[in-house]
Amino acid sequence: MMELIHEYLLEPLSYDFMQRALLISLLIGIVCSVFSCFLILKGWSLMGDAVSHAILPGLAAAYVIGLPLLVGAFAAGLFCALSTGYLKNNSRVREDAVMGIVFSAMFALGLVMMTRIESDVHLLHVLFGNVLGISSSDLWQAGSIAAICSAIMLLKRRDLALYCFDPAHAAVIGVPVKVYHFGLLVLLALTVVSALKAAGIILVIAMLIAPGAIGFMVTRSFDRMLMVAVSASVFSCLGGTILSFHLDAATAPLIVVIQAILFLLALVIGKRTSHSRKGEHGSGTAATAG
Amino acid sequence: MSQAFIHLENVGVVYPNGHHALEGVTADLSPGTICGLVGVNGAGKSTLFKSIMGFITPTSGKVEITGLPVKQALKKNMVSYVPQTEEVDWNFPVLVEDVVMMGRYGYMNFLRRPSQADKKAVDEALQRVGMQDYRKRQIGELSGGQKKRVFVARALAQGGKIILLDEPFTGVDIKTEDSLIALFRILAEEGRLMLVSTHNLGSVPGFCDTVMMVNKTLLAYGPVETTFTQDNLAAAFGGMLRHHQLMGDELHDDPDARGVTVLTDDERPLVLYGEQGGQKIVRTKETAGEGIGRHD
Repeated sequence: MMELIHEYLLEPLSYDFMQRALLISLLIGIVCSVFSCFLILKGWSLMGDAVSHAILPGLAAAYVIGLPLLVGAFAAGLFCALSTGYLKNNSRVREDAVMGIVFSAMFALGLVMMTRIESDVHLLHVLFGNVLGISSSDLWQAGSIAAICSAIMLLKRRDLALYCFDPAHAAVIGVPVKVYHFGLLVLLALTVVSALKAAGIILVIAMLIAPGAIGFMVTRSFDRMLMVAVSASVFSCLGGTILSFHLDAATAPLIVVIQAILFLLALVIGKRTSHSRKGEHGSGTAATAG
Repeated sequence: MSQAFIHLENVGVVYPNGHHALEGVTADLSPGTICGLVGVNGAGKSTLFKSIMGFITPTSGKVEITGLPVKQALKKNMVSYVPQTEEVDWNFPVLVEDVVMMGRYGYMNFLRRPSQADKKAVDEALQRVGMQDYRKRQIGELSGGQKKRVFVARALAQGGKIILLDEPFTGVDIKTEDSLIALFRILAEEGRLMLVSTHNLGSVPGFCDTVMMVNKTLLAYGPVETTFTQDNLAAAFGGMLRHHQLMGDELHDDPDARGVTVLTDDERPLVLYGEQGGQKIVRTKETAGEGIGRHD
């Protein structure tokens, strides 16, 4: 038994790159799962999809100008979220269509820029992440963003949950609703940026949706949903990273596969434990991942 | 004269897309009353609600709550809002007691940690609406009337003197409607102002003291007896109502000229009786499906 633990869990820890990989996957596992609870409850899954795709041209532009890549990524993600809101209010097209156009156009622009520009940023790493290749400066940057975002969301979780549940009541008791709306968009962009190096912009979408969906299906109150989401996410992030070391498989995809399995498990448990709840909420949200 | 709880002065709202939702609304609403807000969909009922709730800022005129600008009044927890059933996500993972506790957020610090006083207020509010046995239920596990009571309890826990109710009777049966009305009456008699938006005409004379009739502007405002007239209803609803009239010669064999008018939008009907031009509201009593089947 001890040998098994040693071989499977402790041996990976003796490598520096694995220590960094486990730490970053722990941090982004937490930040993504906390945000995913609000994302699921607000019905913003498509927004997560959009913002993460839209980051690509920001990365390329930042490289050209010589800015830190994360700054460019953050600006592009936020631009996508805000321009979607603006276009929705000032055109006859519905929000989902506007969002679809904005983010796919930005993603396409990013692809064009990436293929034209000679850079040391690998497209495949940007798309699908490279947990095992995290440098200590990556870890420091992304990790601190993830930690700060997690702390803000956990401290303000009651107000954020209220904003998702009943913005009218929030307004009536004097909560600055517009600030919260904008704040959630900023947090979304920051969360995606923090997970960029490790999970990549395609797979982060799954990490932003699955934990919240899992928590939503098996719980009846918000704090429990948060606990289940974070546990499921941390379990799959650490488990996926260690497993990928032994299997010599891509890490982020493995994490997402584990989350999908947990999601199926939650689906079965959720069906058995609550008969009165109708599943209309959770079903439409996972479909956008990809 | 007591100070107006809500003071509307020439309130107008034009949305950014150029839509004129409301114009020139002027009214003073007093404490201790139930005021019905009546009009068709798109007449500006929810726009008026949103202006009072600080959700939108009127493009002209002003709204004052107990003499204060809306923003300041909201900070003092003066206004509570009971949302329409369709607006609420009933799958949301919150328990009954969590929802009522949200009414206390305005009294808590920025981390929203409830104090003993907050917990006590929640207990009392749940007791008040008879929902104390359901406090650990997830909100989707309740009946239509219970769902409404939870949100009324939240308003009570908040302690606001003004309660806005958005279409409180949609999706509840007649018995539940009557018991909700009884609760609203008591809450008004305790000195609150209840502003109730409804398209359920028949119930208005039964529980409202005053009525505001809107259609892009305030068509009429005053006591139900004098304001809720056929002419005003025609102006507010245009051709939107079913209108049945039985005049004197159809009703009586004698020369009695009094006739019956029934106005309905397929909810509880409004019945007027009397000579033409001077018909008065009949307070109808509706019973749940005795004798007659459903008439859709």
